[in-house]
Amino acid sequence: MIRHRSLILDTTVRLVFDAVLVFSLYLLFAGHNQPGGGFVGGLVAAAAVALRYLAGGLSEVRTIFAIRPWTFLSIGLLLAVGTAIVPLLFGAPPLDQAAWELDLPLLGKAKATSATVFDAGVYLVVMGVILMAFEGLGEHAPGAEGREPEGGGR
Amino acid sequence: MLVALLLLHAVLGGVVLAAARPLRRWAMLIGGLAPLAVVVWAASSASGILDGRPVTASHGWVPSLGVSIDLRADAFSLLMIVLVSGIGTLVFAYGHRYFHGSDKGGRVAGLLTLFAGAMLGVVVADNLLLLYVCWELTSVTSYLLIGIDDDEAEPRAAALHALLVTASGGLAMLGGLVLIGQEAGTYQLSEILADPPQGGAVPVALVLVLLGALTKSAQYPFHGWLPGAMVAPTPISAYLHSAAMVKAGVYLVARFAPAFAAVGVWRLVVVGVGLVTMIAGGLRALRPWDLKQLLAFGTISQLGFLMVLFGIGHPEATAAGAALLLAHGLFKAALFMVVGIVDHETGTRDLRRIPALGPGWGPTKVVAVVSAASMAAVAPMAGFIAKEKAYEALLHGSSVDRLVLAGVVAGSVLTVAYSLRIVAGILRPDLVAEPVEPRGTASHAPGATFVLPGLVLAAASVVLGIAPATWSDLVDRAARALDALAEAELRLWHGVSAALLLSLATLAAGAALFALRRPVAALQARTAPDWSAVRAFDRVLHGTLRVARRVTGIVQSGSLPIYAAVILTTAAVAPLAAMLLGSWWSGWPDHLGPAIHLPIAATLVVGALAATLATRRFVAALLLGVVGYGMAMLFVVHGAPDLALTQFAIETLSVVIFLLVLRRLPDRFERRPPAIGQPLRIALAALVGVSVVVMALAANGLREGPSAVSEEMVARAHPEGDGRNVVNVVLVDIRGFDTMGEIVVLAVAGIGIAALARAGQKPAPQPPSRRRRRRRARAEVAPR
Repeated sequence: MIRHRSLILDTTVRLVFDAVLVFSLYLLFAGHNQPGGGFVGGLVAAAAVALRYLAGGLSEVRTIFAIRPWTFLSIGLLLAVGTAIVPLLFGAPPLDQAAWELDLPLLGKAKATSATVFDAGVYLVVMGVILMAFEGLGEHAPGAEGREPEGGGR
Repeated sequence: MLVALLLLHAVLGGVVLAAARPLRRWAMLIGGLAPLAVVVWAASSASGILDGRPVTASHGWVPSLGVSIDLRADAFSLLMIVLVSGIGTLVFAYGHRYFHGSDKGGRVAGLLTLFAGAMLGVVVADNLLLLYVCWELTSVTSYLLIGIDDDEAEPRAAALHALLVTASGGLAMLGGLVLIGQEAGTYQLSEILADPPQGGAVPVALVLVLLGALTKSAQYPFHGWLPGAMVAPTPISAYLHSAAMVKAGVYLVARFAPAFAAVGVWRLVVVGVGLVTMIAGGLRALRPWDLKQLLAFGTISQLGFLMVLFGIGHPEATAAGAALLLAHGLFKAALFMVVGIVDHETGTRDLRRIPALGPGWGPTKVVAVVSAASMAAVAPMAGFIAKEKAYEALLHGSSVDRLVLAGVVAGSVLTVAYSLRIVAGILRPDLVAEPVEPRGTASHAPGATFVLPGLVLAAASVVLGIAPATWSDLVDRAARALDALAEAELRLWHGVSAALLLSLATLAAGAALFALRRPVAALQARTAPDWSAVRAFDRVLHGTLRVARRVTGIVQSGSLPIYAAVILTTAAVAPLAAMLLGSWWSGWPDHLGPAIHLPIAATLVVGALAATLATRRFVAALLLGVVGYGMAMLFVVHGAPDLALTQFAIETLSVVIFLLVLRRLPDRFERRPPAIGQPLRIALAALVGVSVVVMALAANGLREGPSAVSEEMVARAHPEGDGRNVVNVVLVDIRGFDTMGEIVVLAVAGIGIAALARAGQKPAPQPPSRRRRRRRARAEVAPR
């Protein structure tokens, strides 16, 4: 499908990519009080990755993150399950909420809740699933052939 | 203490399994420490238990389900412990020598230890569900032990046969136990037996429980797995398939019979099946050349005898059953050990090949003769006392009991005949089988330590026979623990009684049957049925698989249009039917939405129609995207930014992923004759559309402002969830568990995508050579 890499597309996508990724993080953290949340945040981040895929194929996507899609999945699940289990250690029901008021330098008062950690798990899982789809169905851009990792086991 | 003993089995078994290789020399002795500890404990607490003070222990497990680890060792459990742990210890000692120099020894020892623990659990469990768990653990360990030679097909098949039969029986039993527990309102065994439930479900429950017991104890017609299980090394057969596991079914029947023998078909089933098993098993035991097969059918026959005695539910018969239970464990384990020794030292256990056993085989022969005598109920062995007791009990009973007695006597005659066959096989094999080649002489004799466990068992058979007072108390209290009316005073000499005369007649008839072995064998060969339990089992198994394949072939046709049609028809018809049956229709809405809806709706309609008319897949995917964005716009207009945002992101990603998939498909839709015709498809699409519209209108008409649930959620979101975005608080807090389940599903789906996408690919190529790489590069450049 992708025959030639276009310089203009490449550059634009790289510029937009970081902004979209930051936006997805904003959605994740703002989600508890404003529109957003882990699910949509993960989707937006995945959309950013999709842009990179359109520009440079699978090998381009593989260069974005140091960790592989399944690692996203597992970290996400661990975070979510961990948030569910930790309250049990303190005798509270699973997934019980905890909130902390923090005084951050420069930013002032901030509120951190354990729900954000849970939501971050959702974010990572959603993003990981889409990355898995690219990994499974995607194709290398021409010229990137030599960089293909060995074997199907990865 | 009981819990500690159970844990000891688990820990020791686990350790031995984990360190099977370095420990293999000593594994059997280390594993044997667990049953030995039980024997020591039982000896120290026996006096209290025999005085009628059972040892109990209770630990919570799943209190919400009423499952707790209730243990109770009464006198009958004690009797079973003598079998399970006492004979168990000797089997471990025997196995130490048997597996000397074999690398399987470590694994066998670990599994045997785990099995011993599970079996101990069965006989001391006082909670029905705990009993079931231990019961199935014995099935699983038995499976692993039968299939210990897992690099050969036959043991694997035999192990699977045993597992399928006993585990499906166990499953039926679980159903029965739950029914009984529900009827009784408690799962505590001792309470249930003290006050048996009367409800209407009880007869059904008992049949289910019996299915478990009969399969486990290899009763006809489920017996086929036991002869097959003889492929296992002999220590395993001696322990699992004579002394311990197959007694589990008998144990359960013994426990239940005093309370339930009169309910429903219990007596008919247990006594009928037991008698058939006793006689048919005895007949089959006259035929095989393989000594182990002979013992296996003998065991089946004896288990049938035990079933009859316990199942009949009379106090006296119960007492006789308790005596026979112990006597049988002693002589049958010893006989298995003898066959194992012969097999181990001479390399065969085939009556036609066994060489003459020369000097040095004396002790082994003594064990064989004494144990076979006990099995044939020759005075003054333990088996004689037990069988006298059984005859006496049945003689005192009703006329039906006399009928049962006739069957038992017939079975006992067969027992005498096959006991003689074993003795002849060890002493003078030429008597029972023509040699296939000239018999040699056994080159060497077994060592003393190899024979010792068998000698101990044989000595016990003699001592218990000569001095019945040694075990009279144990049997008496064990029988009373089952049935308060049962009492047993074991005596060697009762004077000249009807039972004694019957015993003598049995022995004489058995000897005559053995003397006539050639004509009997010829007759048996001519009348032998054409089928066997193993063949029947294979038929059932293959039939089941064939039906399963047929059903799968019909349900999973592999045609995507048909799957889609089934799903869509269900989705359209089911709600419509529900709405037609109920009165859900609240009339047409009286107003249209705001004006801004019109252009959005037009986009939706046009996009959807255009998607159906598109001839290129790519165009169709894009048009579907248009429909999705239109939906997102509707959400925006209705003030649901969360939903809209998500919908936009989903649509974008869907289109991209569609593109990924479409690369692998032809550019245009195929013009093949479809599996479902065009008019039918249009009709289905229209039906789905109508159904959705009707549902949406009905749902809208029924809505009367925000529901109490959503108001509650809105009210509690900020104070409890610390968030002002109610949608998000619902997702991560109020319905947090749901979200967790959903992301797990997502993760599995992601793994599934990757796996499916790879499934069609060829295995990863080797690092390409330079030439191949160049060729591939050329192929890439060439237009597709």
